[in-house]
Amino acid sequence: MSLPPVGLPHLIGLSGILFVIGLVGVLTRRNILLILLSLELILNAANLAFVAFSRAHGDLSGQIMVFFVMIVAAAEVTVGLAITVLLSRLAGKLNADEMRNLKW
Amino acid sequence: MIHPALFYTVSALTVASALGVILARRPIYAVLSLVLVLFGLSTLFVALHAFFVAAIQIVVYAGAVLVLFLFVVMLLDMEPEALLRARNKTMMGVGILFGLFFLGQLAAVAKALPAATGKPLPGTTAAIGKLLFTTYALPFEAASLLLLVGIIGAIVLAKKKL
Repeated sequence: MSLPPVGLPHLIGLSGILFVIGLVGVLTRRNILLILLSLELILNAANLAFVAFSRAHGDLSGQIMVFFVMIVAAAEVTVGLAITVLLSRLAGKLNADEMRNLKW
Repeated sequence: MIHPALFYTVSALTVASALGVILARRPIYAVLSLVLVLFGLSTLFVALHAFFVAAIQIVVYAGAVLVLFLFVVMLLDMEPEALLRARNKTMMGVGILFGLFFLGQLAAVAKALPAATGKPLPGTTAAIGKLLFTTYALPFEAASLLLLVGIIGAIVLAKKKL
């Protein structure tokens, strides 16, 4: 086995791939819960980039930023899931394409 | 930085599970695939010497956030959803074009990255805690305010009568 050593570009590439997968999920899924799930994927891709840069430059600030991203994700999920439950109770469906109450 | 065999194994598993998140027709499988993604990323964090981040990734994300997702999936009884099919060929072409453009941008950025300084990380939990309570004290307090707003928002939304 003589694989080239893994460096910063590899990790940023993996982060980009995960980001794009999450973006495709947000754009193509119609269930609101799965859209929220794909958003988590995007946030985690950003976290990976932060940690990779933190390691490459020997600076802990990147890891602090991951901590804050996680806090924001937790707050977002709390409110987002509450809205999801409320929508399914009021409208009886979770299909994002069918929700056009604000459109006329 | 990371042993190549470890990196390629873990990243292949992570990407496969990420594809599972967006391709699974049943929501419960999508949530469980995301758990796999989080464990893969946590492995990479350990390999990058970010031990504290790896630990809170498991405890906070896989332990709390995804359990919340599982609760809602169980609560709402969702039927499997049909995957989206692209019927509009023009839009599909435009999408592929923009995807290739983004890939090119990514390659250009990866090529232009500044070289790693290779300084060793003072990567202990104690060092992160010290930084959090000195340099980043104000953002830390703001984050607690954000969490308070999140809690109040969830309670207000969950009440029977608004």
